[in-house]
Amino acid sequence: MTTAAVSELLEVNLGPQHPSTHGVFRMQATLDGETIVALKPVVGYLHRNHEQIGEHATYIASFPFTDRLDYFCAMSNNLGLAIAIEKLAGIPVSERGDYLRVIMAELTRLVNHVAVTGFVLNDMGAFGTPLLYAFRERERILDLFEACSGSRMMCNYIRPGGVREDVPEGWLNRARGVVTNFPRFLDEFELLLTDNEIIQQRTRHVGVLPKELAVSASVTGPLLRASGVNYDIRKVDGYSIYPKFPFKVPLGAVGDVYDRYYVRILEMRQSVKILEQALKEIPGGPAISPKGLALVKAPRTFRPPKGDAYGRVEAPKGELGFYLVSDGSPIPYRYHVRAPSFINLTVLEDMCRGQKVADAIIILGSIDIVMGEVDR
Amino acid sequence: MMLPPIEELKTALEQLLPGVSLSVDGHALVVTPKDLEPVCQCLKETERFGLDYLANLTAVDYPPDRMDVVYHLCSMAQKHGPVTVRVSLPRANPVIASVTPIWRGAEFQEREVYDLYGVRFEGHPDLRRILMWEGFVGHPMRKDYVPEDQNAPEAA
Repeated sequence: MTTAAVSELLEVNLGPQHPSTHGVFRMQATLDGETIVALKPVVGYLHRNHEQIGEHATYIASFPFTDRLDYFCAMSNNLGLAIAIEKLAGIPVSERGDYLRVIMAELTRLVNHVAVTGFVLNDMGAFGTPLLYAFRERERILDLFEACSGSRMMCNYIRPGGVREDVPEGWLNRARGVVTNFPRFLDEFELLLTDNEIIQQRTRHVGVLPKELAVSASVTGPLLRASGVNYDIRKVDGYSIYPKFPFKVPLGAVGDVYDRYYVRILEMRQSVKILEQALKEIPGGPAISPKGLALVKAPRTFRPPKGDAYGRVEAPKGELGFYLVSDGSPIPYRYHVRAPSFINLTVLEDMCRGQKVADAIIILGSIDIVMGEVDR
Repeated sequence: MMLPPIEELKTALEQLLPGVSLSVDGHALVVTPKDLEPVCQCLKETERFGLDYLANLTAVDYPPDRMDVVYHLCSMAQKHGPVTVRVSLPRANPVIASVTPIWRGAEFQEREVYDLYGVRFEGHPDLRRILMWEGFVGHPMRKDYVPEDQNAPEAA
């Protein structure tokens, strides 16, 4: 005679100190055997009230702080704040400045996507090797950032009206070299990974995010596009000089972890195209417009008119928005950051429910979060 | 399809929802707290607006008596926006209907505003602090919040 097994729910805390949580992040999971019944993300361990700091500093003084939001993508964060300030005060951007910004933003996308792909594979158990391949490429781009901004990760480079200073002599040629070699690396990377049987088994139909939920839950970035929603702010808003570049928006079909991996690979290929064109067409002239330069030189005299502005960019992780309210003083009255990885976490529980514990780790990895931005 | 200018949007909404009182301030549509839910529902469901995506939700504190909640709405299907919707609340007791049932994306953003500003969202499925810890007293983004003095000697 057999008796039915009685299963008891078990509460497990994954994190906050765990290598798979990408920082200090906790997943409060309720398990039925190996299956996840409920999962609550717990954040805030890295909270430093970034917004409060922004409301006590001048507009320019916030730039170095934005580097620390998503510390993989300092350049994109700088660009987001610059665009919000330009919108608030009506500052034009110099043409060369615009090109340099696009170059930096797309290089940042490459940095972010290779790193996250490496990390997800690490989470899957491909311990070390793919990550090191990815980091080798990332190093080359970080060297470029160091050459132009003085810092590898905390770049603090983009300013309203353009960039802080022009790139050094020979930089553009170096960048061309890095960009030309990048597709070869991607081919090698894909040869190892894309059709790999273990990766296919591990990621196909895992953590599926339906299209409707993705839209309703304000999910953005590669996570949204992997679910098949064609929404890229570079195309929708056409900010900066993106309309000049005929790139495609890669979309996924199922919305599983595999699609997210592959959408990122395809996005990198598109970024390389944008970079090739930008590095070919970049004009001479000043790297910052006169109005921007005046503001950078004397930040305490910069008083934007009363009002508010919401500036947003397509950061590598999704829509990065800055909401600024000015009361006419040199310090913003309200400074808000719409952080993509924070809001993308909303759907973590929906994607994990019914999956195994081991899958929760790669689902989290495939969202691509950075705690500096989640907790602010 | 382009979204109509904010003035036309207001007129169109007033026709669709008789009885709501709306006004325009700059580029923002100002809604009274009691009308927020029907207005948001209408902006999302009506096909020519189609604002299916809540891009951003935050609050702005105006002491001594006003607290604003600001919504930025976009359309992913029709690729337009953002539309700014603003609600003014009494600062002493800021309570507003939650928009989480309309847009799931409001869930964490409303929790953040509740945590940092003390605005209560009625109808939110899980309104808890999110960035600060449970048991924290006060709302650190309010303009009158006094940060803890790091140099003060610890109480015995």
